[in-house]
Amino acid sequence: MGSADILSTLPELVLIATALLLLVMESAAEPHRELLAATALGGLAIALVTALGYGADGLYYSGMLQVDPYARFVSALALVLAALAIMVAVPYLRRTLEERGEYYSLMLFATVGMLLMVKAQDLTMVFLGLELLSIPLYVLAGFYRHRSSSNEAGLKYLLLGAFAAGFFLFGIALLYGSTGTTSYSGMAQAINSGTELSRVLTLAGFGLLLVGFAFKVALAPFHMYAPDVYEGAPTSMSAFLSTGPKLAGFATLLKLIAVVFAGTMVHWWTAIWILAALTMTVGNLAALRQDSLKRMLAYSSVAHAGYLALAILVTNYDSGFAMLFYLTVYVLTTLAAFGIVSLLEEGEESAMPGVEACKGLARRNPWLAAAFTLALLSLAGFPPTAGFLGKFFLFNATLDAGYLWLVILAVLNSLVSVYYYLRPVVAMYMQPGKNTSALPIPRMLIPALLALAVVALGAGFIPAPLVHATASAISAIL
Amino acid sequence: MTTALFYLFSIFLLGSALFVVLNRHPVYSVVMLVFSFANLAGIYFLLEAYFIGILQVLVYAGAIMVLFLFVVMLLNVSPERPRARWVPLDRWWFGAVALVFVISLGALLVRGVGQLPSARSEVPDGFGGITQIAEALFSRYLLPFETAALLLTVALVGTVFLAKRKI
Repeated sequence: MGSADILSTLPELVLIATALLLLVMESAAEPHRELLAATALGGLAIALVTALGYGADGLYYSGMLQVDPYARFVSALALVLAALAIMVAVPYLRRTLEERGEYYSLMLFATVGMLLMVKAQDLTMVFLGLELLSIPLYVLAGFYRHRSSSNEAGLKYLLLGAFAAGFFLFGIALLYGSTGTTSYSGMAQAINSGTELSRVLTLAGFGLLLVGFAFKVALAPFHMYAPDVYEGAPTSMSAFLSTGPKLAGFATLLKLIAVVFAGTMVHWWTAIWILAALTMTVGNLAALRQDSLKRMLAYSSVAHAGYLALAILVTNYDSGFAMLFYLTVYVLTTLAAFGIVSLLEEGEESAMPGVEACKGLARRNPWLAAAFTLALLSLAGFPPTAGFLGKFFLFNATLDAGYLWLVILAVLNSLVSVYYYLRPVVAMYMQPGKNTSALPIPRMLIPALLALAVVALGAGFIPAPLVHATASAISAIL
Repeated sequence: MTTALFYLFSIFLLGSALFVVLNRHPVYSVVMLVFSFANLAGIYFLLEAYFIGILQVLVYAGAIMVLFLFVVMLLNVSPERPRARWVPLDRWWFGAVALVFVISLGALLVRGVGQLPSARSEVPDGFGGITQIAEALFSRYLLPFETAALLLTVALVGTVFLAKRKI
């Protein structure tokens, strides 16, 4: 191990140091809580600079990590996402008098897990990264210890997540048994040259890995936990729960398939086809019936996982590029949508804002209503938002690969989703609300709303910068 | 001899694991879990992974299971016998799903294992010893080792936060 190795993990080390500093700050005799968020954001900013600027591309830590443009792009997106999730959380935590150093600290640890997952070049590191992402999220989902709904969310997520981790590990064990290694390059070599012990064991191992990933990104039928967990968790946390694991999970799975399992995927096409079709249909149909905004967004995130699974099915340059573009747009819009919902939530115990909470919002806060509308339209995929472009790229790549019926199903699903995405919009603009006083918009929420506007409208009208960025990132692995 | 021992350990392991899941009495379940860990350690010994086998006994069967027993005792299991001795298996669809999974995975494994080379390759001297494990742990697997340490720290922070009454 040399200084080059340490330099390659500089973003992770900065984040770990900041997270530990936050724990120390919290345990001071008279903690200065108002400095906690700023410290966490400072750490994330330094990590972002180091992730983009430092260290040469290549393999590090005796082949455990690989730094390449793909890892850099996903890392940068993960860091931006974490920073925005913290900014969304600050007003929410302060209003509910729950601002504590552990919240930010655990968020940073989870971010380290995401970075390690996408950089990993060995299944051992993927598993450790996945757990480093998951364990803080279990705690954060149950962060509001006096709310029974939050406790339920944390416990449910922990139990089911631990079960999924078992599948994941079993998959790694079978793959090790078959190929004799856990490193991407070693496995790829064994699989492509046919020197693995048994093709069947390799396939079984990948299937179990797929179950583990499907749980983390909430693909049906492994999505059962998602609505309950996202609804019960603190709203500022639901924003991260429905975006962070999806980003890291899909990015890692795509890299794993592209680099290692491309030769064996022909056996899995039917299964992934069914997973994708089932996920988008179940997510959209269930979202139709939801009155609670958080539950509706939770099912919507399940449906989006179904669309993203199309990219996993195809796994070529076009679909990989479409997946990265879609993920970028999806995580930032969903985060902003949850951020706005967290504002609508009264400070009451276990208040779950329903669609009626939106009534008359256009009168009370025109800008907030416009931002929420933009987020929902982008999620539904209306032109000219970036959500439309993402869907267009994704469906186009799938169609080129010859999956006509799946694309037809996906388009029908998008049409169905318009109904539930427009319900809050109708409530905001066309129905009078009881309360007419404007909601105070916290300053910390503004960056998240700006990011939403930039990515949903900016990338919708001028897609070239984001297209170039994602295309050059994806060319590193496909 | 080795084969006979392997099957003996395996049957005990699977049987005690089933007992853990199906029995309703938590104390019996925990004791059977200790027994299943001991059998797993036996299988490690057969594989000549002595160090891992000893760790299995010391860490799992020793430390962790004592913790389990303490928790079960502190939970104050009611002294009267539970209504049914075994977990009822009347939800047939649960069983059906599990059965489909077990059969498909089992079929894959049986087919896969059939393709394995039959002769046991000779293991080098010192295989699975402390020296070899330490060398691997602190050179090639340094980063996973450190990450695991970080993971434990995070789990500790989370547990203290969730469990402490007043923070």
